[in-house]
Amino acid sequence: MQTKRMTFPGRWLPYALLAPQVIVTLIFFIWPAGQALYQSLLREDAFGLSSTFVGLDNFRRLLGDPLYLNSLSVTTVFAVGTTALSMGVALLLAVTVNRLLRSRNLYTTLLVWPYAIAPAIAGVLWWFIFHPTIGILPYVLEMLGYRWNHRTSSVDAMILVIFAAAWKQIAYNFLFFLAGLQSIPQSLIEAAAIDGAGPVKRFWSIVFPLLAPTTFFLMVVNVVYAMFDTFGVIHATTQGGPAQATNILVYKVYADGFVGMNLGSSAAQSVILMIIVIALTVVQFRFIERRVNY
Amino acid sequence: MARLKLEGLKKTYAGDVQAVKGIDLDVADGEFVVLVGPSGCGKSTLLRMVAGLESITEGELTIGERKVNDLEPAQRDIAMVFQNYALYPHMTVYDNLAYGLKNRGFKRDEIERRVREAARMLEIEEFLPRKPRQLSGGQRQRVAMGRALVREPEVFLFDEPLSNLDAKLRVQMRVEIKQLQRRLKTTSLYVTHDQLEAMTLGDRLVVLNGGRIEQVGTPMEIYARPASIFVATFIGSPAMNLIPVAYLKERGNGLLDDLPPDTDLVGIRPDDLRIQPPDAPHLVVESTLELFEAAGAESHLYVRLAGSDQPSVIRTAGQSPVAEGETLRFHVVREALHPFNSASGKRTV
Repeated sequence: MQTKRMTFPGRWLPYALLAPQVIVTLIFFIWPAGQALYQSLLREDAFGLSSTFVGLDNFRRLLGDPLYLNSLSVTTVFAVGTTALSMGVALLLAVTVNRLLRSRNLYTTLLVWPYAIAPAIAGVLWWFIFHPTIGILPYVLEMLGYRWNHRTSSVDAMILVIFAAAWKQIAYNFLFFLAGLQSIPQSLIEAAAIDGAGPVKRFWSIVFPLLAPTTFFLMVVNVVYAMFDTFGVIHATTQGGPAQATNILVYKVYADGFVGMNLGSSAAQSVILMIIVIALTVVQFRFIERRVNY
Repeated sequence: MARLKLEGLKKTYAGDVQAVKGIDLDVADGEFVVLVGPSGCGKSTLLRMVAGLESITEGELTIGERKVNDLEPAQRDIAMVFQNYALYPHMTVYDNLAYGLKNRGFKRDEIERRVREAARMLEIEEFLPRKPRQLSGGQRQRVAMGRALVREPEVFLFDEPLSNLDAKLRVQMRVEIKQLQRRLKTTSLYVTHDQLEAMTLGDRLVVLNGGRIEQVGTPMEIYARPASIFVATFIGSPAMNLIPVAYLKERGNGLLDDLPPDTDLVGIRPDDLRIQPPDAPHLVVESTLELFEAAGAESHLYVRLAGSDQPSVIRTAGQSPVAEGETLRFHVVREALHPFNSASGKRTV
C-alpha cells in the first residue's frame, strides 16, 4: 500500500500540531489513570488525614470480599443481559426496516433518536414506567397477576436496569446492523432463494453469518458500554439496590470511593476495570483485523 | 430439460413504468437462446421474471408442462448464474455447490457425488476446500457455473455472466459455456449486451429493444437479414452504415430502381464496401478518408461521402493503400444493400 509522506517546513511544527491531543490525553486520561494506580497501593485513614503504603493489600482484600465478588457476578449478568437484549431487538428492527423501501429513512431516523438521550434521563424514564406506585407497567403486570416491585425484588430490579440500559443502546446497534444488512448483495439472497432456501433458512445460513463481523464488533462495544457507561442508569433507578442486586462494578467504584470514602479500595477497583477494558479492546482488535475473513 | 414458453409476458412497475411490454418466445428443449439488447431494454428484467425474482404482471410462463407464474424461484427448477457470481463468501467452494442440494434434502453421498462430478467437469476440484475470495475471477465464474450444474435443473439462466471478466478470459469462458451446454443439452436462456457474445453463443438470438422483441432468429439470419434499423446497427461490428437512398440515386445508378418505393435508407455492412471493383453490377461511391484504424488482421476506414457529410465505415482486410485525407472510391453490389424505411424503422423487403 502506498502512504503519503508529509513533510513539514519546521522541525517543531509537527510536534506543535500534535500537542493539543497529547496534552488532553495526558491530563484527562494518563494522569488520572496513574493516580488510580498509585492510590490503589495506598490506604487512607478514616479521617482522610494520612495514607500508608500497603502494596497489593487492597487487591487482596477485594478478591476475598464477598460483596465485590457479588458485584462481579451482578455485572456479568447485567452486561450479558443488556448486550443480548439490545442486540437482539436491534437486529430484529434492522431486518424489519431493511425490508421497507420508501419509509426506510423515516423509520431509521425515528429509531436513532433514543441514542441522543443521556443515560440518566433514560434511567429516569424507565424508573417512571416501572414505578411500583405510579408506573404504567406494574399496573399492567398487576392485571396479569404479577406484583412488580424493583425495590424489594432483586430480579425485578435487574430487569429494570437491563431494560433501561439496553433501550438506549438499541439505536446504536440498529444503525450498525442496518448498514451491515445493506452491504450484503441482494444477489446473494436471490441465489439462496433459487437454491431452495426459505426466508428463515436464508437468514440463518446466509445473512447472519455475513453479519458476523458487525455482530462481533457490536458485542464488544455493548459489553464495554454495559460495564462502563451505565453509571447514570443505575444511579437514576436503583442506586445499586435492593441488597446489592444491581451494584455493578462501576457503580461500586463510585459508591465505595465517593460515598464510602474508601479511596484505596475504590482505586483498586478502577484498576481492575481498566484491566478488563484493556483485555476487551485487545480481543476486539484481534477480531476486527480478521473481519474480512469470512 | 424442458421447453420454456413465454406468452405475452409483461412487467409494469409502480408508477406505470413498463419494463417489459409483451414478450412471446418459445425455447425448444435443449436450445440455447440469447437475449441481447442495449442496457435498459428489459432483458435482465425478463430473465429475472423467468427466474421468479420479479413478479409477472401479465402473461403466462411455462417450464416443461407446468405453468410457473406464481411459483417460488426454488420450485421452478431453474438455476441462475449471476453477473457478480453471487457466491456465498463465508462458505467453501464445496459448500457453495452443495448448498442448493442440502436445502432440497439430498442424501450426503449423493451431494458428494454430484459436487465432485460438477467440479471435475469444470476443473475446479482443487479449489473445493477454498473460500471464494481465494479464487480469481475466472475461477469464481466456474464455481458459479458449478452451482448451477449440480442441481441438474430444467433450465439454465445466465445474467451477463462474463461481463466481469477480462477480454481474454471472456473469450475462453464463452467457448467453455458453449461446449458445456452442447454436452449437457440443458435448455438455456442467456442475457448479454455484447453482440459478439450473443452471435457466437446462441442457437437463436432474441434482439430486444425498449421492452419489445425486435427480431428472433439464428445469429446468421439476423446478421444477413436484420428486420429493422435497430437490429441492423446493433448486431455487427463496426455497425452497419446507413445511407439515404436519395444520395445514392443522385449518383445516377439504375441499380436502385427496383427498391420498394417506401425505402428511404439503405444499410450496408462495412465489409460490403469494397475498394476493389467486383465483377457483378455495382454502385460506385466517392468519399474522403478521414481516419484509418488498423486492427491487425483488418482495418477500419472512417470516410465521409463526397458531396454530403454522411460518415461511413469500411472494413478491409490487411492494410489500406490510401492515406488520410485522400479520396477513396468504393464499390457495393446490389445484394449487399439492406433497404429500410426510416419512419417505421422496418426493413422494406
